[in-house]
Amino acid sequence: MKSTLKVVASGDREIVITRTFNAPRELVWDTLSRPELLKRWLFGPAGWAMTVCEEDRRVGGTFRWAWVGPGGAAMTMTGAYREIVPPERCVRTETFETGCFPQMGEQISTLVLGERGEQTLLTLTVLYPSKEARDGALASGMEHGMAAGYDRLDEILAGAAG
Amino acid sequence: MTTARLDATFAALADPTRRAILARLARGAATVTELVAPFKLSQPAISKHLKVLEKAGLITRGRDAQKRPCRIEPAPLAEANEWLEKYRALWEANFERLDDLLDELKAEKRPKKR
Repeated sequence: MKSTLKVVASGDREIVITRTFNAPRELVWDTLSRPELLKRWLFGPAGWAMTVCEEDRRVGGTFRWAWVGPGGAAMTMTGAYREIVPPERCVRTETFETGCFPQMGEQISTLVLGERGEQTLLTLTVLYPSKEARDGALASGMEHGMAAGYDRLDEILAGAAG
Repeated sequence: MTTARLDATFAALADPTRRAILARLARGAATVTELVAPFKLSQPAISKHLKVLEKAGLITRGRDAQKRPCRIEPAPLAEANEWLEKYRALWEANFERLDDLLDELKAEKRPKKR
């Protein structure tokens, strides 16, 4: 059974992403930490590829991930690790240097992997620098069904078309 | 669609009052006066939001000097929605690829245990 990606708003400044994977936690942790494995799945949009995956995964260490796309388009994300508890928890800062929209300043992302028998529940909490940045990210619809209180874009469109 | 235009669209959509105004206009054109009551905001406050929406190209204002009714413009919303869909699909695609990689890694490990 395919698990679906869920995205919900939490508090004023957070977005929480959840997804279940059909694999043990240690293995999921590896695919999210080791550059040679990250490069095999974290491609970005169609036609893009991860070209740089510099990782210094220790507290105080930094990372630099970069992708290239059609026509030489580029996207780069950098940051620093604040907390690492393998294979369950990783906290880091993230900043999009180029190519990502919308620009939101530095965000703090907390990755938690929970053991669910043979499965792993991934929970990624992104804390934005401001409510506006969070709402901008939510409006940019990482998911259709946004948190309560949001007018769904497709409903607006359906109304406009009718 | 240019990044600048997407920026303007999403900046305009980031505000809940402006999303509510768009939802109201999706049901039909309305004047500033008609928008004041349901939103419990002052006329200048509504006008300020309308200016942002107009600048982002999400609404247009009529020529009637007295009423200047506001109408929703679906094109930028459609373009924004298309961009969002790609973004969401991108994460789905990444995670589906990760599912496959995990299956592959699990299969590699299995013979060793036997």
